[in-house]
Amino acid sequence: MSANETILEVNDLKMYFPVTKGLLGKKVADVKAVDGVSFQLSRGETLGLVGESGCGKTTTGRCVLRIYRPTSGTIIFDHDEISNLSENEFRPYRKKISFIFQDPFSSLDPRQSAGSIVGEPLKVHHLVKSRAEYKERVEELFRMVGLDPMMANRVPHEFSGGQRQRIGIARALACDPSLIVCDEPISALDVSIQAQIINLLEELQAGNKELSYLFIAHDLAVVRHISDRVAVMYLGRIVEMTDSNELYQNPLHPYTRALLSAVPIADPAVEEKRERIILKGEVPSPLNPPSGCHFHLRCQLASPECSEAAPQLKDVGNGHKVACLKV
Amino acid sequence: MAALLTVKGLQTHFNTDRGIVKAVDGVSYHIDPGETVGVVGESGCGKSVTQLSVLQLIPSPPGKTVGGEVVFEGRNILEYEANGAQMREIRGGKIAMIFQEPMTSLNPVLTIGRQLTEMMELHQGMGKAEARARAIELLGMVGIPDGAKRIDNYPHQFSGGMRQRVMIAMALSCSPKIVIADEPTTALDVTTQAQLLELMQNMMRRLGSSLVMVTHNLGVVARYANRIYVMYAGRIVESGDAKEIFGHPKHPYTIGLLSCVPRLDECGKKERKLVPIQGMPPALINMPKTCAFLPRCAYRTARCEQEVWPELRPVADRHYVRCFDDIGQANVCK
Amino acid sequence: MAEAGAVTETIGQAATQARVTEARRFWRVFMSRSLVRIGMVIIVALIITAIFAPILAPYDPYAQDLSQTLANPNTKHWLGTDSLGRDTLSRIIYGSRTSLMVGLVAVVVAAAIGMTLGLIAGYYGGWINPIIMRFVDGLLAFPMILLALAVAALLGGGIRNVIIALGVSLVPVYARLMCGQALTVKENDYVTAARAIGASNARIMLVHVLPNCFPPLIVLMTMMMGMAILAEAGLSFLGLGIKPPGAAWGAMVSDGYQLLLTNPILAFAPGVAIMLTVFAFNMVGDGLRDALDPRLRGTL
Repeated sequence: MSANETILEVNDLKMYFPVTKGLLGKKVADVKAVDGVSFQLSRGETLGLVGESGCGKTTTGRCVLRIYRPTSGTIIFDHDEISNLSENEFRPYRKKISFIFQDPFSSLDPRQSAGSIVGEPLKVHHLVKSRAEYKERVEELFRMVGLDPMMANRVPHEFSGGQRQRIGIARALACDPSLIVCDEPISALDVSIQAQIINLLEELQAGNKELSYLFIAHDLAVVRHISDRVAVMYLGRIVEMTDSNELYQNPLHPYTRALLSAVPIADPAVEEKRERIILKGEVPSPLNPPSGCHFHLRCQLASPECSEAAPQLKDVGNGHKVACLKV
Repeated sequence: MAALLTVKGLQTHFNTDRGIVKAVDGVSYHIDPGETVGVVGESGCGKSVTQLSVLQLIPSPPGKTVGGEVVFEGRNILEYEANGAQMREIRGGKIAMIFQEPMTSLNPVLTIGRQLTEMMELHQGMGKAEARARAIELLGMVGIPDGAKRIDNYPHQFSGGMRQRVMIAMALSCSPKIVIADEPTTALDVTTQAQLLELMQNMMRRLGSSLVMVTHNLGVVARYANRIYVMYAGRIVESGDAKEIFGHPKHPYTIGLLSCVPRLDECGKKERKLVPIQGMPPALINMPKTCAFLPRCAYRTARCEQEVWPELRPVADRHYVRCFDDIGQANVCK
Repeated sequence: MAEAGAVTETIGQAATQARVTEARRFWRVFMSRSLVRIGMVIIVALIITAIFAPILAPYDPYAQDLSQTLANPNTKHWLGTDSLGRDTLSRIIYGSRTSLMVGLVAVVVAAAIGMTLGLIAGYYGGWINPIIMRFVDGLLAFPMILLALAVAALLGGGIRNVIIALGVSLVPVYARLMCGQALTVKENDYVTAARAIGASNARIMLVHVLPNCFPPLIVLMTMMMGMAILAEAGLSFLGLGIKPPGAAWGAMVSDGYQLLLTNPILAFAPGVAIMLTVFAFNMVGDGLRDALDPRLRGTL
């Protein structure tokens, strides 16, 4: 297996949630949470998915995890098309596609012990043959994420936020996955704890070169730090995707620029010289997105043709892709 | 220039069945007219409790401000009855507060207009019509278009960002001398955060008010604050001008905070590994007399383990640090 | 509110370090109110009485002593005797067996059926939910006593039929509560996480959803015990419950009620027993609700 082999390929993914009304549940509209998203992820790579709330980044992740069944589009994981599999057909893939959720409080069952949370995937997929092997594997997972195996009998609320997220990571690693969808894994944690978790995720990947992350977050600095490539989403679509350094040094899409300029840098000397782009208005509702380019209502560069057709994601060189007519 | 607000040795304790939590343990600071002050720290460091104590908003029991004074306009306002007329006049009228969660800070069953005009009628003795006209004007000032129509809407009809704009309008309605913003944009997206912070900064300049910005986000403070207080375990561990603090951080905790957060303008994991602060913040119960940061400190010496945690001492012009040693680390981010 | 948030923040920090076990906290909150403690004492006493009734009762509750009919309380018969000369105290002691058994079995049966229906309706949702819940709503439309009367009229009296009648009439209450609980619990990330692991629906329901729905259901079961005991007494009073000569508090009130003016103790004594029992279960239910309230977790 080469390092550049594609592990995940998402093509024109759409996820619409019907809005129903009345007793009979008549469909009156669709929330277009994800509206034609395509990207590829190589083995051992980290792809960051950034955007503001409601941009569809979490929904995209949940489609890959098949928590949602996509409305249309294909998801190819390790050469297999998985978007249309039934729950039973998909179950074997759940060993290979794992996840870390945002909230270390609600993503762990409060009535299970830490040990049984971490060991649950092993039981579900019958990966251990004996009680002793199970215990040994759980202890190994605890040590991998820097937790003391002696604490396996405690329940989640006896752990701190950072420790809870470590339990979540240990659970994600239980079946030795090749892809982990990390959905805002650090945003609920204190700043001094965030770095511990980021470093842990990086160390795990350094120890297993085949491990890929789909890293979903709204914190651009963190995404830049951890990702090899970054995709920026706005209202259900990817507007820009490129190498993470390139994105920060040479952002091309007007939305990416505004987003980057909105993130303050912890250095007043740098802040004095930075350009600040303050966007007008708010993100429109995905129930009724603007025609054409979804961003045109708030865009400084917008012209009439921007409201006509949705711009395609086009390569402007070196794998830097932008969806904007003005670039 | 005389300080607008001076806090001296403020102590707020909470009684729990595990013991007394010293959430704020001897905090002194001041706010000058027209400046923006950042109060930075992690959750549980006492930054919010300090601000609530100043306005006597600590729920009691279990909390109680047991010591210190808060001097505002020449009077120690801690002596006022917590819900008395004098305190109410200060709260909202002269010192306004903006909370983190705009949904729960607004009453869901009253219109925005009612909530806005109530304050003005109460504090400034305006008539109904006058207050309403002023409320519509305020909504326009905070960037809510079509205020005349929106004023009769209920909070749930606004988005999170819009609700926080309403909160800002409410805070500013009586032209306060000081606005205390407790994590005002933490629950919001970055572009909305930028919109609101910019708005707040402009409004403060217009009114000539001082802004106290309580946050864990170092970037926000770097962008907007003139002066910064860094809090840890219920005390101020470092204070000074923003440029000084970020350019020459002296306290190990400040240095730790700056080096554990990835910065947007620096390269990724291949170039710099983040340096986390080990361990966790202390529980603030039965704290030892020594430095509270000691168990997590990368620079600790034998002296730290033997002697009592020192008071803040000056290290440069208007730059104070609560540490024995001169830890000279130029900008950690370079 | 933000103020409260700041406080929980501080206290939460403390909680992670100074570790207090959940069980200890539970007992402390539970036992903190004196009414709850009294309720617990009554219930424990009631259970002991029911178990050791043959030892505790001074007389055979069915033995008639026609020479001692309608005796007033005296040193031999502390609570007097009824019109057939049976010792009232012994009959109350034996009656506790009937009450507790009817209450317990009816509540457990109702809870088992109701919770299963509610769990399935709440967890699966979709078209299953309205079908189950409309049926349950239909049952709920009948008052409990009326439903029990209908069952008793259909199947006749007797302890078994009383239990069936009460059980059926309590099913909807559990089904509704369970359905609501399941709907809330299944939205938690840990349920989504279990799905993403590949756990089957049965496993998610039994391992993750059901245990997290329990606290309010336990409270409800306790309170329903009191209600079921009261309803059993009501049915017995109406003559649809326990057949004579069986000892049941409701039937005793019914018998004594005819002699209320001459021998008030005959109706009052079992009446007080019913009252104390129902009160005790309600108090304990209240205490459980406070102790299991997640919002109070980490405080007190």
